[in-house]
Amino acid sequence: MNISSNVPRPPSISLTPWEWMRKNLLSPWYNGLLTLLTLGFLYGVGKGILTWVLKEARWEVVTDNFRLFLVGQYPSDQLWRVWLGLLGLSLLLGLTGGVWKGTAYSFARATLVALGIFLLVPASWGTRTWLIANGVALAGGILAGRRFRSRRFQQGVLAGWLLYFPLLVFLLRGRPPLLSPVEPGLWGGLLLTFLLALVSIVLSFPIGVLLALGRRSALPAVRLFSVLYIEVIRGVPLVTVLFMADIMLPLFLPEGLRVDRALRAMMGFTLFSAAYVAENVRGGLQAIPAGQIEAAHALGLNSFQTTLFIILPQALRLVIPANVGQFISLFKDTSLVAIMGLLELLGIGKAVLANPAYMGLYREVYLFVALVYGIFSYAMSYASLRLEKALGVGER
Amino acid sequence: MSPLRSPTPFWRRASIRVWIAQVFFVLLIALAAGFFYSNLMHALRTRGLSVSFRFLTLEAGFRIGETPIPYDPGDSYGRAFLVGVLNTLRVTGIGIILATLLGVIAGVARFSPNWLIRQIVAGYVELIRNTPLLVQLVFWYYAVIFKMPTIQESITIARSILISHRGIALPWPRPTGAFLPWFSFLLVGTVVAAGVGRFRQQYQGRTGRPGYPWLSAISVWVLFAAGGWLLFGSPVWMDRPVIQGTIYRGGVVLTPEFASLLVGLVVYTAAFIAEVVRGGILSVRKGQVEAARALGLREGQILRLIIFPQALRVIIPPLTSQYLNLAKNSSLAIAVGFPDLFSVGKTIFNQTGQPVPAVILVMATYLAMSLFTSLLMNIYNRHVQFLEK
Repeated sequence: MNISSNVPRPPSISLTPWEWMRKNLLSPWYNGLLTLLTLGFLYGVGKGILTWVLKEARWEVVTDNFRLFLVGQYPSDQLWRVWLGLLGLSLLLGLTGGVWKGTAYSFARATLVALGIFLLVPASWGTRTWLIANGVALAGGILAGRRFRSRRFQQGVLAGWLLYFPLLVFLLRGRPPLLSPVEPGLWGGLLLTFLLALVSIVLSFPIGVLLALGRRSALPAVRLFSVLYIEVIRGVPLVTVLFMADIMLPLFLPEGLRVDRALRAMMGFTLFSAAYVAENVRGGLQAIPAGQIEAAHALGLNSFQTTLFIILPQALRLVIPANVGQFISLFKDTSLVAIMGLLELLGIGKAVLANPAYMGLYREVYLFVALVYGIFSYAMSYASLRLEKALGVGER
Repeated sequence: MSPLRSPTPFWRRASIRVWIAQVFFVLLIALAAGFFYSNLMHALRTRGLSVSFRFLTLEAGFRIGETPIPYDPGDSYGRAFLVGVLNTLRVTGIGIILATLLGVIAGVARFSPNWLIRQIVAGYVELIRNTPLLVQLVFWYYAVIFKMPTIQESITIARSILISHRGIALPWPRPTGAFLPWFSFLLVGTVVAAGVGRFRQQYQGRTGRPGYPWLSAISVWVLFAAGGWLLFGSPVWMDRPVIQGTIYRGGVVLTPEFASLLVGLVVYTAAFIAEVVRGGILSVRKGQVEAARALGLREGQILRLIIFPQALRVIIPPLTSQYLNLAKNSSLAIAVGFPDLFSVGKTIFNQTGQPVPAVILVMATYLAMSLFTSLLMNIYNRHVQFLEK
């Protein structure tokens, strides 16, 4: 019986601006004083920052090296490959936004707006053409996705995402008969940041799921191995894992097999992130009631089938928000490869500052780098918040 | 053939299958380990590397910028590494204390009745949590401390705190000859104060009238401290830093490296601790606060007696992981040139060219520190949890 419908809701309070101010800013008297002091402080700081940003800062260090910040030393005659990769991304994002409503759709729409804003930035006509092409792909994707909103089409889009990453790496890397090779050592800037984050995220997820299952396995040997791995990795800092991947990985591989530094970093990130993903997934596994497993066994499913068709689909859905959080922190942690000497976003910043022409412009460069990281991680955490609400994880 | 009559073949029995699977798994791991091990051995042989830790007794021969214990380049690698470990412990210990203070203040300020304060704290938390710590550290080092004025033109706060691009100099209390008698006197005072507090508490319990146990105990203690001061003279003197040529004399001087690392770690971790504290406070049911108000407790009392003890149970586990994160994040010291344990370990690797012992040494030390901290916090956690039957 539902009694809540009979209970009157508390009256909604509407305040006039003056009442709102009195309640939130001015009463009691010491609060008013605090408000005044804070306002004075904000005025002083804000004025200082604004004067610096608008008048004193030499932003040409950013605008002159914009391409370096975005793609590093990727050869300029091969840049179309990066653009083509982005085009594919826009198309997929548009299709996803069109096929699924909600978060994906608002995300795609926000990206479209962002593309529009980028168009206002002065740039060469080639860049503008590519930007417009991206916008068209995005909008076209949305329209096409809305048109064919079927189960088959959804599966197709998912498959597209899975195929996209190997294709992207192939496109960027190249292979002599088809595309001229571009060594990963030349990848840099935001491009490298994204590649490091994406590859590590995609690879660490399945390893993490396996480790989580291993930690709850009935086999003591498997359990011991998983626990040891997870606890050791979680007990040491990421820099040391990267350091190990950088200097010890070559020793572990067969002679003659040379692994590029960027790839070594990706392996380090993958090994590190897998332990954290495993702990998140374990949380989800623990939340599945035992009755589900018993019911599956009663229906005649074996342990493997139970895990794959009953437990994992429910558990993974529960841990999506936690894992998105882990991926955001992995995205921020990619900046650590600057210590290894790789030229991702922060590394490029350091390299630019080493140029005598831009000596001492630390504030401009590091603020810009922080801003770029900030925009992307804020967008991701916003999306994850929406996703959490859409999935209703917290409300069950 | 009916399944009831025929016995299950032995390989389908669950207990046997568990064993087979384990043997398979162990074999697989052993194979992989063997493969990597033989590669490693081969690589070590062909490159003339070793896995021995004997080099630790050799002469290090490199300088270290900051040494909590006496050290010079003639000392051994082992001692150099110890210096790094102590530096890490120093920045972690101070960082944890300061980050907890700032984090708790920021977390509580999220519930301030003042709208402006709430917005500022929320902005701080979002800004810090959405940018990488490493970028923040290099920003503090290069864009803030590096851009400070020269030592002669140091920024002076309250005539005793000096800030320049050579670091931060703080005044520090140092004991005088009168310290020992004063301190002994104060110890007696502490015992007396505890007795008075206890007596007033009993009085309050007996009569039901307010006995102000804390207030009276603290005033007795303060009386003793002040009385001792009058009797024996000042127990401490303020060692104020002064500028002498191009260096600071006196006081406590934080190097730019240490200062930027500390500030960066504290500001970063405090933002996360603020969220932990906020979550803990939100977890206390509203009815608790309303009931406390109905009983006539003041806002401060509600916070101290009702909200915090209950929020603490929720706060401790995630707080532990924030402390561990701070300790692990201190390894980013290398980006600002602070000689912590990872930075010294890397220098040792660069000098000796031996990757295996260097990596093992660094990782094992961090692992030991992490395990020790989580052990301590687990004990404390058990202490604050509800005692359940």
